[in-house]
Amino acid sequence: MEHSASPEVTFHHEPGGDEFVKKIIKTTVLLSVITIIELGLGLSMYAFPMAEVFKLFLKGVIVILSLAKAFYIVGIFMHLGDELKNLIMTICVPLMLFIWFIAAFLMDGSSWKNLRNTRGKSMAPVEQHAPAAEGKH
Amino acid sequence: MAQAQAQMQTKWWTGGKSPFNVEYGKLMMWYFLMSDAFTFGAFLISYGTIRFSQNYWPDPNQVFNAFPFAGHANLPLAFVSLMTFILIVSSVTMVLAVHAGHKNDKQGVVKWMIWTVIGGIAFLSCQAWEWAHLITGEHAVMINGELKNIGTTVTMNPWGPAADMASHEGHHVGTPGPVAFGGYFFGITGFHGFHVLSGVGINIVMLIMAINGTFERKGHYLMIEKAGLYWHFVDLVWVFVFLCFYLI
Repeated sequence: MEHSASPEVTFHHEPGGDEFVKKIIKTTVLLSVITIIELGLGLSMYAFPMAEVFKLFLKGVIVILSLAKAFYIVGIFMHLGDELKNLIMTICVPLMLFIWFIAAFLMDGSSWKNLRNTRGKSMAPVEQHAPAAEGKH
Repeated sequence: MAQAQAQMQTKWWTGGKSPFNVEYGKLMMWYFLMSDAFTFGAFLISYGTIRFSQNYWPDPNQVFNAFPFAGHANLPLAFVSLMTFILIVSSVTMVLAVHAGHKNDKQGVVKWMIWTVIGGIAFLSCQAWEWAHLITGEHAVMINGELKNIGTTVTMNPWGPAADMASHEGHHVGTPGPVAFGGYFFGITGFHGFHVLSGVGINIVMLIMAINGTFERKGHYLMIEKAGLYWHFVDLVWVFVFLCFYLI
């Protein structure tokens, strides 16, 4: 408790020895498992032919899993979960801007595509496919 | 629990103490990381905008399928999984270094910092190989009716849609893909790689200071904690780079 260098800190929250190491190991295993699930989903989109809608759904699942990973890294590895609520708020509330940021710009991109496909040229977009796998050297 | 109770009753804004219960340097590190998150966010969202505006975008499983010493084996995402795993593990060794610092355990801090530095260097080496492979690995594509071999750079992208005109020597060939692919890939992974590089630099300085006993004399290892925050952030950004470029 005697951190002479930081008298402005009132409480020190160092979680006790082995208990904390156990928590780290648990989090590591969790992060690895989530990563492996993500990889499995990513590869399944490549390995099995599937409808675009279903692909989009899998991508959504992967995004949510990544957010879970971010939550564990920030909350446990970076100890943000142990800080005072006011500190957590000053960091997390500004990040809410991302909700608008992502939605607005992705919609802008897709609108750009629609405009280009329908007005720029008179012909409808031709569906394009990746070259067959044996074409790679 | 008693401490939680005491925290509730503390009047945080009466002066003489940090209302956020952290030292100045750590608070400012958090705010720096928040602003850095917006920088990375802006890059990734700009990539998303361009990708959404294109009719065709390369499938990462086809682009990133090589592994060192594996020849032409088709191993989609294998190498980048290894990189991800290296970065997660180096983040864990960093947590353990910070934890050893809390216990004023110099040997522990030195040991775990060495592993963290090794993890960072391993990640950078992997990235160097991946870049070199993408830039120099040439693929035949049809450009203006002529077959050309091009690699993936900021101005060329061989990962386009299939060419209409059948095949070349029995191989199916593609056309050039969206040029933005290489620019965004090298730009964003490069910016992240630069963060890793500076993180390795900071960690080496921390390691030397720990070995020299600087923190021991100060009586605390708070500097390791701040370096740790930065290092975890680098890992955090990789989660999203991995998501945007390799998984979806």
